[in-house]
Amino acid sequence: MQIQPILSALKKHRLATALIALEIALACAVLCNACYLIAGRLSAMRINSGVDETSLGFLALQGFDASQASDLNARVVAGLRAIPGVESVHVINSVPFGPQAGAVGITLDQAGKQFRGVPELYVGDPGTPKALGLQLVAGRMPTADDYQPMTTFVPASSRVLIARALAEHLWPGQDPLGKEFWSGPFHFRVIGVVANLAIQQYDEEGEHGAQWTAFVPAQPGPQLAGTYLIRANPQDLDRVMTEAKAAMARIAPDAVVDQEGSQTIRELRQRFFKTDRAMAGLLVGVIVALLGVTAFGIVGLASFWVAQRRKQIGIRRALGATRADILRYFQTENFLIVTFGIVLGIVLAIGINLALMKFFEVPRLPLWYLPIGVLALWLLGQLAVLVPALRAAAVPPVVATRSA
Amino acid sequence: MFGYYLDLALRSFKRNRVLTALMVLALGLGIGASITTLTVLKLLSGDPLPQKSARLFTAEIDPLPAQGYVPGQSKPPWGNLMPYTDAMNLLQAHRAERQAVMALTQAKVTPASTGEHPFFSDAVMTTADFFAMFDAPFEYGSGWSAQNDDERARVAVLAGFLNDKLFGGKNSVGQVIRINDKDYRVIGVLKDWAPQPRFYAVGLGGRSYGNGDGVFLPLKSARTDGMDPQNVSCWQTADIQHLETSPCVFVSFWTELKSASDAAAYRTFLSNYVQQQISLGRFHRPEVVFADLMKFLALEQVVPDDARLQTNLAFGFLLICIVNTVGLLLAKCLRRSREIGVRRALGATRAAVFAQFMVESGMVGIAGGVLGLIFAELGLWAIRHQPAQYASLARLDVSMFVTTFVIALVASLIAGLLPAWRACVVAPAPQLKSV
Repeated sequence: MQIQPILSALKKHRLATALIALEIALACAVLCNACYLIAGRLSAMRINSGVDETSLGFLALQGFDASQASDLNARVVAGLRAIPGVESVHVINSVPFGPQAGAVGITLDQAGKQFRGVPELYVGDPGTPKALGLQLVAGRMPTADDYQPMTTFVPASSRVLIARALAEHLWPGQDPLGKEFWSGPFHFRVIGVVANLAIQQYDEEGEHGAQWTAFVPAQPGPQLAGTYLIRANPQDLDRVMTEAKAAMARIAPDAVVDQEGSQTIRELRQRFFKTDRAMAGLLVGVIVALLGVTAFGIVGLASFWVAQRRKQIGIRRALGATRADILRYFQTENFLIVTFGIVLGIVLAIGINLALMKFFEVPRLPLWYLPIGVLALWLLGQLAVLVPALRAAAVPPVVATRSA
Repeated sequence: MFGYYLDLALRSFKRNRVLTALMVLALGLGIGASITTLTVLKLLSGDPLPQKSARLFTAEIDPLPAQGYVPGQSKPPWGNLMPYTDAMNLLQAHRAERQAVMALTQAKVTPASTGEHPFFSDAVMTTADFFAMFDAPFEYGSGWSAQNDDERARVAVLAGFLNDKLFGGKNSVGQVIRINDKDYRVIGVLKDWAPQPRFYAVGLGGRSYGNGDGVFLPLKSARTDGMDPQNVSCWQTADIQHLETSPCVFVSFWTELKSASDAAAYRTFLSNYVQQQISLGRFHRPEVVFADLMKFLALEQVVPDDARLQTNLAFGFLLICIVNTVGLLLAKCLRRSREIGVRRALGATRAAVFAQFMVESGMVGIAGGVLGLIFAELGLWAIRHQPAQYASLARLDVSMFVTTFVIALVASLIAGLLPAWRACVVAPAPQLKSV
């Protein structure tokens, strides 16, 4: 296939060529960045919470008298255990995708000089790690005497389980078992490491801290009351949650059930990522509309060209070109124009990504996203030019013998 | 001449139906997307109190200890949250026309009728000047006085929707409402009041957009009755039971000045106050910020990033649609080279041909605008179903309606420039020769 005649023919129609190339360039730039943003949102949504989401539900009560807290805990736990299908009920301060319950700044030394970040703490009564379904990778689970009473939000000195990511962050490459950390006057000693345990309110911007958590064993009391973890069979879980919320009117009439916050963990997760799903959906819509508009443009301009060059096509056919030759000519011409556009588009894509990084704190576009846009647009161009090219190929040779 | 051009344009559209349809569709999509996102952006970044925002100011001070202080770089870390002591000192100094201290809380409301469950309502704990300062309109009754504040009187102001829920919308001034298991006397009911964004709630832990707060309580009374503020940050270990004297921030301070030019004087007063606290050893950082309402919203970056990103995306899409339209208009114009040649031969000037094609692209613009309006309504309908705080407020108003057509016309005229110019430079003679 001779490229030279195609190029010299294009030089005569510089304007139209430039327009198609510009449109392809803009489409490529927006396409690459939009795909990357979608991928970012989707990967954020795949975070491993570390707990058995399908079997767990969270119930939150508010507005009760703090002096009645222990009594409330006893009544609620007994009442919930009576619901058929419930495997276990525990008092816990929060769950992944639940309300933020305790984020503390920690230091590696008692004096408080070596600040290491702000992990989130889960505080639960005996049996909670097993109910959550935490996977132990080192050390041991808390035993009965590790569960201590407390007067503020954690016991003064506790033996904790920490997530693997937090262990790697605090003591990279070392064995975390037996190590200690402090938060002001509170002391923590590591007795076990779990594979995953996500923080409560996961924020994409703090993605590297998404698994900085620790589980603190404690006895329920005035400081740990009103929020409960319910474990049930996945088939029974929805029914159990409905019955649990209804039962609260009977068991704890003075407290207010947080209807929105008391859900299965899977439901909490769905709600948590609603905006991400909406944004991803919007971006997909934009990509589809964009590709559609670009395709319209190519179809329109290509049709115009074919109409303009009817006589030339007729002459070529009269001189012996087959239909396939004409078709291939237009496909190749379109391929060349799209390539010009893509070269410009890659530059624009990187430029737009730099602007997004500066104004919207979006991470840098990995270079392997560019071929996706390139391939998509080549394919789009070829498909869009197919109909006008087929119409061109259908021009009969007799057109050459007619004038006008 | 204009009517003649309109006629020519309509004939041309009829002859190139598909091409025109493609152009109008592409332009309509671009305009629809842009208007949708622009409406949302305008909703989010609008001025909540346009008549007063230039005279409303909030103060930011930095109570953190000296460790980690970098002069010139360190800024107040918690926006306009400040410690209770300092907010009260500034309040009692009475240096501005009006001033108020506020915090958000969740108030447990127990309806009087038995059998109804208690529920939580968004509440504001504040001082007497709040209502006059923010022009909150009253349906019945009025706010409380400074004396009520000091006496820790148990009085409350309800929002219209809460009054509807609890008292059926009647005049409930003088009635008793049970909040956090204590009896409060209703002394005022507000009309529907929900400034977008809820500028006084920014940083205090509430939503920035959406419904207004349900009940307004005097700060000291609410704190005495054990209502905790929604956002508390402490820089040292603190006693949560005694927040007022702990190293914590949880209230914000707003003032209304007589005119915007008094801001400099008040800022000086604020700096002097901080210097005084530094010499007393309580503070260690002299940075103060004294910003008016709109500047404060900008500093706090209230407008969600997603909204701005979507707007830029939509305008990028509009740009692609314009380029598309340029190409299609060019195709349409060049096909009519013979017609142009005839017109020029009959005496039309270049300007006349240029005008003819501009009118044509203008008409495409108007058609695109109408289609864009339909798409924008669809888009806003979709946004109203989005899980965002501001979702239910996304509606097309008159100014956006006009903006739609302005943008459509401008876009199509820009798109039409190149094809019209190419059309008007067509030499008549060669066109007339070819048969």
